Amino acid sequence: MKGLPPVLITAIVLVAGFAACAVQFPNIASTRVVGNLLTDNAFLGIVATGMTFVIISGGIDLSVGSVIGFTTVFVALAIEHWGVPPLVAFVAILALSAVFGAAMGAIIHVFDLPPFIVTLAGMFLARGASFLLSTESVPISAPVYSTVSDFALRMPGGGRLTAIAIVMLVIVVGGALLLQLTRFGANVYALGGNRATASLMGVAVGKMTVKIYMLSSLLAGLAGIVFSFYTSAGYSLSAVGVELDSIAAVVIGGTLLTGGQGSVIGTFLGVLIQGMIQTYINFDGTLSSWWTKIATGILLFAFIALQQGLVALARRPAAKPGGAVS
Amino acid sequence: MESSLDPAPSLLEVRGISKSFGAVRALQDVDFALRAGEIHALLGENGAGKSTLIKVVTGVFPRDAGIVRLGGEEVAPRSAKAALQAGIATVYQEVNLLPNLSVAQNLFLDRQPMRFGIVREGEMRRRAKTLLTEFGLDLDVAAPLGNYSVAIQHVTAIARAVDLSARVLILDEPTASLDRHEVEILFGVMRQLARRGIGIVFVSHFLDQVYEISDRITVLRNGRLVGERETASLPRLELIRMMLGRELAETTSARAAASELKAREICASFENYGKAGYIAPFNLELRHGEVVGLAGLLGSGRTETARLVFGAERADGGQARVEGASVRLQSPRDGVRQGFGYCPEERKTDGIVAELTVRENIVLALQAKRGLHRPLSRREQDEIANRYVKMLDIRPPDPERPVGLLSGGNQQKVLLARWLATAPRLLVLDEPTRGIDVGAHAEIIRLIRELCDDGLALLVISSELDEIVTYSDRVVVLRDRAHVEELTGEAIDVGNILAAIAADNVAVALEAHT
Repeated sequence: MKGLPPVLITAIVLVAGFAACAVQFPNIASTRVVGNLLTDNAFLGIVATGMTFVIISGGIDLSVGSVIGFTTVFVALAIEHWGVPPLVAFVAILALSAVFGAAMGAIIHVFDLPPFIVTLAGMFLARGASFLLSTESVPISAPVYSTVSDFALRMPGGGRLTAIAIVMLVIVVGGALLLQLTRFGANVYALGGNRATASLMGVAVGKMTVKIYMLSSLLAGLAGIVFSFYTSAGYSLSAVGVELDSIAAVVIGGTLLTGGQGSVIGTFLGVLIQGMIQTYINFDGTLSSWWTKIATGILLFAFIALQQGLVALARRPAAKPGGAVS
Repeated sequence: MESSLDPAPSLLEVRGISKSFGAVRALQDVDFALRAGEIHALLGENGAGKSTLIKVVTGVFPRDAGIVRLGGEEVAPRSAKAALQAGIATVYQEVNLLPNLSVAQNLFLDRQPMRFGIVREGEMRRRAKTLLTEFGLDLDVAAPLGNYSVAIQHVTAIARAVDLSARVLILDEPTASLDRHEVEILFGVMRQLARRGIGIVFVSHFLDQVYEISDRITVLRNGRLVGERETASLPRLELIRMMLGRELAETTSARAAASELKAREICASFENYGKAGYIAPFNLELRHGEVVGLAGLLGSGRTETARLVFGAERADGGQARVEGASVRLQSPRDGVRQGFGYCPEERKTDGIVAELTVRENIVLALQAKRGLHRPLSRREQDEIANRYVKMLDIRPPDPERPVGLLSGGNQQKVLLARWLATAPRLLVLDEPTRGIDVGAHAEIIRLIRELCDDGLALLVISSELDEIVTYSDRVVVLRDRAHVEELTGEAIDVGNILAAIAADNVAVALEAHT
């Protein structure tokens, strides 16, 4: 009708890119590489899932990278220095993140401020707070960390599906279901379509805004925990710029930056594309790792241009009469 | 009580509603009654108070005085949402639905059928399908609403409203962007809903449609109730008189004799000038020292003519001449270069810059004409501003006051001053007295005459026929986006203008009823 949906284009780019990589380096096409790719990008997948909700609702959340950083430091200090049991530390940081997000959502709604500014403030706040806790990298040596890190499902072909990769997959699937099948999900799209109209149609806009930013921060907190497992340390400078990586993944995944359209699955594919580029560069060995950023930049441009094209197409009076019965 | 004598009890009853915005009285003691199962047209020119009345009844604006009863019980909704819950639904010209969601989601947003916290998509689509079939639509309800035409979006909005158990349905200009076939679909739905006992308020400026669909008509003018009539027994001429005319008392005017007119030099002339789908080709001569009035109903092509003359819109045929020389008017810049000025109807949005001072607003057009390389010195600016503040009696006489703080009449004078400062040869005024209190009205009219006596050519649009009659040397009457008649000299009176506006409509009405 209007050509390919953006998410399908993302899928094609991923498959084609992967095939191209596999032609050059046949070893890439193995469950081992795919397993590593999922593990390396677990935290990004989780945080980008939350970002998808925010962006579809017409907002943006710049604070997620800092929330991840704060979480790693908080968790490391709580376990290693304050003697808090890891599970309690996890619950505490998740609760703290959720409250942080809810507060940002409430400020955005009550004072009618642009999400960009409010979450930018949140970004500085969370990053600053993590420096306040510690400026050093704090290694975590709790037994639960080595247990979880050793755990993995064996995939055929020798690949390992690690615990944190599993957590990410669960979040992605859960996020997709939440967005597509629930009233909450429908309201997220409604908010992104037009806030005022959604409100007129009965959507509790204020509550929704609070919940959406709460979800995003909660997932950022979870991503922080996952990141602490990934690095076995807490460091206040970790995950700098991850908010931008996750926005990139969301946009490459076909979600409109202006809101109203998009999907979690697309975002997941966007994360995989970024991971794939990273993997290719690792295999090549001679390229600077900054090529990841350059390739991501080019892809972003391409996808935004594509979306503008699609939006322009949709704006044209493509009026279908839609048959009358009587 | 008067209402107890009413044969059919009113479903929606509005009594003595008043509403002011600052000093402007938008509604004054307006009554309105809607019966169950009727289609009731609410008519009036721009600024008559239709939209304000709707917004006050549905709680978008708080009201200053008056009561609203729905089914005999007093209601006072504080928001459109509360009004909807009470049973009063409004569908605006701009469809208030979400084009990015599916048709089914739009119908059932926030009230989807659920099971275990999951939306029952299949059930929702089935119900949506059934609901729309009642309205004569067979759609793919899973497709985004934005894929469908505006007519279908309108019907979907109505279906949602009705399904939310609306008893009163207000349709604000629903047909403005629909073609004939789509209007038929909409009218079919409206008739069906009326048969079900829903009361429908139909706001429109298409009189043919009003006569086709409505049972009764209520007319507002300048925020006051003019009257309520049965559609069948209201001749079209009478309706137009209700909408436009005030007291039809003949106003004596200081018009120049027709013979004198011929002697004046032609300032600008337009031959066969027009644009397809915008306004039919017209001939128009504008002479120095002469006021030409443009009369007609809203949407008849008055503003369109003005925009073409000024160059704000490009003509696709015909010839324009200024002082005898052929010119091309392709942009407002061209118009300004030819010495034309244009004061648009929407003062607030198209004209004044509210944050800037009176002085800055006045020198704006002159500075633009000179170009950025030759800035006006502050002394020149002060001089110009002071001259016009004095000349036009702008109050308060403080050139450094932000224009937004001035009254409507004085804002209008600032706009006039802006163009006068460029020493134009032709000035186009679109509704110069709209939204201005009565005292300022007279002053603006006096100004128009004076400017004209100084040799300026003026083209003035107004819905106030009395005014047009007062200051015009010639009146061009428009109907259905075409110039249909030109009145001069003794022939200019309210009756003749009304007759010219109504003439064709009567024929069409007869056609429609046979």
